[in-house]
Amino acid sequence: MVVPSLKLQDLIEEIRGAKTQAQEREVIQKECAHIRASFRDGDPVHRHRQLAKLLYVHMLGYPAHFGQMECLKLIASSRFTDKRVGYLGAMLLLDERHDAHLLITNSIKNDLSQGIQPVQGLALCTLSTMGSAEMCRDLAPEVEKLLLQPSPYVRKKAILTAVHMIRKVPELSSVFLPPCAQLLHERHHGILLGTITLITELCERSPAALRHFRKVQILRLLRILGRNHEESSETMNDLLAQVATNTDTSRNAGNAVLFETVLTIMDIRSAAGLRVLAVNILGRFLLNSDRNIRYVALTSLLRLVQSDHSAVQRHRPTVVECLRETDASLSRRALELSLALVNSSNVRAMMQELQAFLESCPPDLRADCASGILLAAERFAPTKRWHIDTILHVLTTAGTHVRDDAVANLTQLIGGAQELHAYSVRRLYNALAEDISQQPLVQVAAWCIGEYGDLLLAGNCEEIEPLQVDEEEVLALLEKVLQSHMSLPATRGYALTALMKLSTRLCGDNNRIRQVVSIYGSCLDVELQQRAVEYDTLFRKYDHMRAAILEKMPLVERDGPQADEEAKESKEAAQLSEAAPVPTEPQASQLLDLLDLLDGASGDVQHPPPLDPSPGGALIHLLDLPCVPPPPAPIPDLKVFEREGVQLNLSFIRPPENPALLLITVTATNFSEGDVTHFICQAAVPKAPLRLKLRLTYDHFHQSVQEIFEVNNLPVESWQ
Amino acid sequence: MPAGFPPHSTTASLPQHGDRGFPFAAAAAAAAGQAPPRPRPAAAMQFMLLFSRQGKLRLQKWYVPLSDKEKKKITRELVQTVLARKPKMCSFLEWRDLKIVYKRYASLYFCCAIEDQDNELITLEIIHRYVELLDKYFGSVCELDIIFNFEKAYFILDEFLLGGEVQETSKKNVLKAIEQADLLQEVSDPPTSASQSAGITGVSHRIQPIFMSLIGESKCREKSIG
Repeated sequence: MVVPSLKLQDLIEEIRGAKTQAQEREVIQKECAHIRASFRDGDPVHRHRQLAKLLYVHMLGYPAHFGQMECLKLIASSRFTDKRVGYLGAMLLLDERHDAHLLITNSIKNDLSQGIQPVQGLALCTLSTMGSAEMCRDLAPEVEKLLLQPSPYVRKKAILTAVHMIRKVPELSSVFLPPCAQLLHERHHGILLGTITLITELCERSPAALRHFRKVQILRLLRILGRNHEESSETMNDLLAQVATNTDTSRNAGNAVLFETVLTIMDIRSAAGLRVLAVNILGRFLLNSDRNIRYVALTSLLRLVQSDHSAVQRHRPTVVECLRETDASLSRRALELSLALVNSSNVRAMMQELQAFLESCPPDLRADCASGILLAAERFAPTKRWHIDTILHVLTTAGTHVRDDAVANLTQLIGGAQELHAYSVRRLYNALAEDISQQPLVQVAAWCIGEYGDLLLAGNCEEIEPLQVDEEEVLALLEKVLQSHMSLPATRGYALTALMKLSTRLCGDNNRIRQVVSIYGSCLDVELQQRAVEYDTLFRKYDHMRAAILEKMPLVERDGPQADEEAKESKEAAQLSEAAPVPTEPQASQLLDLLDLLDGASGDVQHPPPLDPSPGGALIHLLDLPCVPPPPAPIPDLKVFEREGVQLNLSFIRPPENPALLLITVTATNFSEGDVTHFICQAAVPKAPLRLKLRLTYDHFHQSVQEIFEVNNLPVESWQ
Repeated sequence: MPAGFPPHSTTASLPQHGDRGFPFAAAAAAAAGQAPPRPRPAAAMQFMLLFSRQGKLRLQKWYVPLSDKEKKKITRELVQTVLARKPKMCSFLEWRDLKIVYKRYASLYFCCAIEDQDNELITLEIIHRYVELLDKYFGSVCELDIIFNFEKAYFILDEFLLGGEVQETSKKNVLKAIEQADLLQEVSDPPTSASQSAGITGVSHRIQPIFMSLIGESKCREKSIG
């Protein structure tokens, strides 16, 4: 090979001069071939240059494994240049996964014991970067010797290498513990720094080491020491207070010290006054013009809000200000913190702020904000009317982002507040008249109008300005919802049923309603078609029963998951079946009965066939306590879902006192090692035939999972 | 490449740390009557990456053992994430189970991954100190210096951090150590050896456009970008 090899910088220039990826690859491949040849020839003079070029190429993403052995040779060379590049290569190309890495142990050992200081430095640096557990065990004695060497340059490196070794091989703590006491008395900053690190590492690993260092007053160390130790924490209180008040915060460095103080205070068992001091420091941070400082303040306050709630409350106005941040990561933190600060005394003011935020916040925060507001409203609502108003506002502003049970919750809420029926229906009517695109809002509004249409038309309601609404307008609005392409099928169902209910609430002649109902009798959507046909039949053949059937709804009790599941049922199933799952109420069972009558062949298989078709008979049957049915055979459990260790099982029980009822319990288990978070399971039961549709959303192994599936293989016994 | 970069913004002013003024020099047990003890620095930095605005890697220092494939994956994803951040956003972000602290100096991103219990503000200081060291060594450092003298950048880093921890708080000491090592190299090699390049070599900048130096607007050199 007579051609002189390229200098490193020339190669870099050539690579950068390449106009395309392909050209670059060509240049590099050519050069790598030369380098390989040079390695084969074993040219000692230029080896370091070749390796340096290889390292550059490696950084660009090209393979460089054939340089590993060359690193060894360079490290073993006596020239400093060779060693420098060789050790760099070892750090970049070798790691503990390669068997080759052990081969440098010997060279390192030699360099540590016999090399000049810069060489010792290189060896220590390499050891602390890529030293595996075996290497550390082998070389611990050498490093230990260097700890007490005269040269501070080497000692500071040796100390930090010891830190690395302890992390890799905790048993080595016993080796490195004794020298620490002496090292602490050093004056050299680098040595002290390293020693503190070493001590901290030792203490974190073995509580026994704590005994030696109780008097050491270094902040981070304090944190670990004080973590579960009353006495130490007490001694530190004054000191921390001193540091906190005396630190100059005009530069970021000062803020960093202060922040470390706060972190320490948070971690140890500090006096209450000190914690308040910490909170106040964070509060000051919130006013800092530097975005980074505000961020760490918000994050830390979130950690403190549970334990020091009243102290954090004092900074509520500042926190709320941070909602207006333009940086999304800051406003998200501010949102979490604001929600955590809501309590019964500040709920009105906070809700105002949060609702204002909801209107302008970035889309990925909308859902969290909406559900946060709704939860807080539920917990702290001062009055029902305020509650209704709040939910209404959320639905109008961010309707598409609310959780699925918001509709059910609101109807429940309204239904239970009889004095607010008129108010609610008017407000909802106004909202609907303005905008029919927000589905949850439309659904609730339709339901309300259907239920309380009479109140809507009745005239004045004290709490809102008088609104004259006439029947035709109301019907027109509902028809508009029915026909709009924006309406979901469920929404249409609501609207149709509402129209039907109005046939008994309004005074007009129902022709318009009848028309609509008969048109939808041939709708392509099967669900709507079914309803329309039923209602039509109601008009034509069972008109005498219509009023009774379309009476105002009884309140569904919300008492736990079963009720929730049933509340969700109502979203997809026919609305009339809302009454169905509570067969203990005689009124409802009467409805149920009549449903059986109407549905005929499409009868709900969930309900036991022996129900007497005549209303009286059904009542008697249910109330007929002495008639104890034989205990039903236990229905086998069913596993319905399995994914990466997450499993869902169904179990079925028929309570003996009420065999008409089927209780399905859904049990979700996580057998995997990863956590499952944000788990939501929703169930829907279309009326007939008995099917169960489940929808799961959760986070697992850092992935969002969404699964929708139907359970078709329900055990036969559950059908009876 | 777009011509003419907007005026970069680094920290508003270079903190004037004296050699002893660096925030995390520790005072020992004799704390009574002395200056209040300073905190220890962020522990266990997991890795540091330097990359350009086009996502080209300029330096990678890993303090945790990972396979080449994993390193490439992490680099790729993290570079994408950081480059997607808007200029006014804060310097911290949560990524996987790590905290990422990053800062842009002219055309280079400095990106560190630290553990959950570590102090982000101190990490920013670490990054800044490293840039200061580079600046002192190369004299008004810019990205090209890091490209053409990448091994020097590593050497300087290795005198400042060891095993992910800060080993030397004095700028002077770090630079002195590098100088000595450079001298040792020159002595052991005849000057025609290629891998030595102590300080600026004007040669390397002949052809390529020069970008603004990483810190200090008063020191920037701008030539027309070809």
